[in-house]
Amino acid sequence: MTVSNVWVFAQGADGAPTTGTLELLTKAREIGSSVTAFVVGDAGDLAAGLGEYGATKIYATGDIDGHLPGVAGAAAMKAVIDGGDSPDLILFPQNYEGRDIVARLSVKLDKPVLTNNTDIAVAEDVVIATTPVFGGTRMVSTTFTGGGPFLVVFRPKSFAAESAGGPAAEIVSAPVGDIGATGGAKVQAVHVEEHSGPKLDEANIVVSGGRGLGEAEKFEMIEALAKTLKGAPGASRAIVDAGWVPYSYQVGQTGKVVKPTVYIAAGISGATQHMVGMKGSKNIIAINKDKEAPIFGVADLGIVGDVHKVLPKLIEALQAR
Amino acid sequence: MNVIVCVKQIPDPAQVGELDPSDNTLKRDGKLILDESDSYGVEMALQLVGTAGSGEVSLISMAPNGEVSGLRTALAMGAAKAVLVSDPELAGSDALTTAKILAAATKRLGDVDLIIAGTESSDGYTGTVPEQMAEVLGLPSVTFAKSVAVDGDTLKVDRQTENGYDEISCTLPAVVSVTAGVVEPRYPSFKGIMAAKSKPVDAVTAADLGVTPVGWAGAGQEIVDVASAPERAAGEVVEDDGEGYLKIVEFLDKLKVI
Ligand SMILES: Cc1cc2nc3c(=O)[nH]c(=O)nc-3n(C[C@H](O)[C@H](O)[C@H](O)COP(=O)(O)OP(=O)(O)OC[C@H]3O[C@@H](n4cnc5c(N)ncnc54)[C@H](O)[C@@H]3O)c2cc1C
Ligand SMILES: Nc1ncnc2c1ncn2[C@@H]1O[C@H](COP(=O)(O)O)[C@@H](O)[C@H]1O
Repeated sequence: MTVSNVWVFAQGADGAPTTGTLELLTKAREIGSSVTAFVVGDAGDLAAGLGEYGATKIYATGDIDGHLPGVAGAAAMKAVIDGGDSPDLILFPQNYEGRDIVARLSVKLDKPVLTNNTDIAVAEDVVIATTPVFGGTRMVSTTFTGGGPFLVVFRPKSFAAESAGGPAAEIVSAPVGDIGATGGAKVQAVHVEEHSGPKLDEANIVVSGGRGLGEAEKFEMIEALAKTLKGAPGASRAIVDAGWVPYSYQVGQTGKVVKPTVYIAAGISGATQHMVGMKGSKNIIAINKDKEAPIFGVADLGIVGDVHKVLPKLIEALQAR
Repeated sequence: MNVIVCVKQIPDPAQVGELDPSDNTLKRDGKLILDESDSYGVEMALQLVGTAGSGEVSLISMAPNGEVSGLRTALAMGAAKAVLVSDPELAGSDALTTAKILAAATKRLGDVDLIIAGTESSDGYTGTVPEQMAEVLGLPSVTFAKSVAVDGDTLKVDRQTENGYDEISCTLPAVVSVTAGVVEPRYPSFKGIMAAKSKPVDAVTAADLGVTPVGWAGAGQEIVDVASAPERAAGEVVEDDGEGYLKIVEFLDKLKVI
């Protein structure tokens, strides 16, 4: 047996596949001889984009009637597998939907899941996935001891997305079927937080603030600096938990993974769980009043100083240009 | 309303983690503490039961060496009783096995309306255990809950999403995973700490629960290599003398981003 039939759990936003999906498709193409995208929802808008990045077939559930994607997606995947198209490997993104679907599917298939990976290597039928531990200081490689389908979950930005120039993929219906009591959860309303400027995980410059800002109002400095630099504001979990900014701002293990050209950390200590989300940035600037703060260990430029003094001057100087 | 909270007992995260050189699993031999990620679930459960006016909060935990320190903390916060699954055979269990064990452990607690877990543990952070448990038990689930309320026999949950949040309604019984910071976990009172010492902890093995295989044999995965990641070198660190911001302007200028 070789790993040839590879699936990717694919997601769309604003009528196109997400960047994360394109990253996984690019890797899937390298591993498998046949790449299938699995979409929970309607795939009409996505066929061209998914095909361009290497999918030749798309399974799509169609409308899931307010059910949560975890239950619906896993049921639909299981039905296709039982119907005879069994993948050797399925790649999932480490995000809300990816995690929920892979968890349910693992139970249905009675197969283990490898989570939090940043790389994968496949030789014949052996799959080795690599995950960073201890804040990315050590890399652990794990293999499966049983047979497939192998279920592997990847952190965002683990791979670079590259177009394959493929034609639009064929869409095959993959109905959810009867989900019984597991379908008891339904979406009643959707709330979207308004956003201006570039998205946090796509911005060229990210300016993040932490507890060192002292109080919620001071986050305005972070927003002003981000705006001046045409970047996106981000945050440590400490100030998300404190309710200063919404969760969508969080950078780190439980938040977004960012790899901008410049990452500016202001009043952030540099906990391992924060660093796994920003260590891949090309350039890191840190401002912290404690010269022993771990963040300085990864910073290309570190300013030992008070954010309340450094930031206003910096913003003023940049705005004056 | 009867609520079960899954609580993981973990090595103190303030201590630097270490891998056991013999089998490359995370060392868990020292004293364990209640995972902070689960203290939110305990608090949420206590509040829901308090609002309902009847019922109790029970705990389930799988941990090595009959460890109860973390359980005692949660009992001191106000939980009534606990089931502890501890078994040398469980060392090396993966998330799926853990979920099967925890699902089986819930059966020892009789009728339950709601099972609460953390969105991810501080030391394992697979984030799959709660949803896997739900699937094993055939229950609906809502992950990433940032607020939870009970309205008759329906659960109302605000679920964190990429761009905001969704309002979800869910039938009971159900499994919910809660994000950090959703509630402010209470500190155990002195009275609570004293009372916790005599609260019942039902200690069982995997065999008692009828779950096999466990540990490495059941994990279906094996660590083949552990390597040091290339370190990111630290750059220039300067003390701010009032002109520190100019260093930043210079740096950004060099990168041609301004
Ligand atoms: C399971 C788990 C997952 C987690 N996931 C994440 C995650 O995704 N993202 C994340 O960020 N964290 C995460 N954390 C939390 C993480 O461990 C830290 O607690 C958090 O990152 C700390 O945030 P902080 O740096 O803002 O606060 P602190 O650690 O309190 O640091 C504040 C810093 O500000 C400095 N400071 C204070 N005043 C000033 C001043 N006037 N000027 C300049 N500097 C000043 C201090 O020297 C200090 O270094 C997670 C934790 C766990 C257990
Ligand atoms: N060994 C365990 N004992 C009790 N609960 C657990 C255990 N492992 C995981 N959990 C629960 O599942 C949640 C997610 O854990 P994880 O999937 O390991 O990230 C945790 O916050 C706990 O609520």
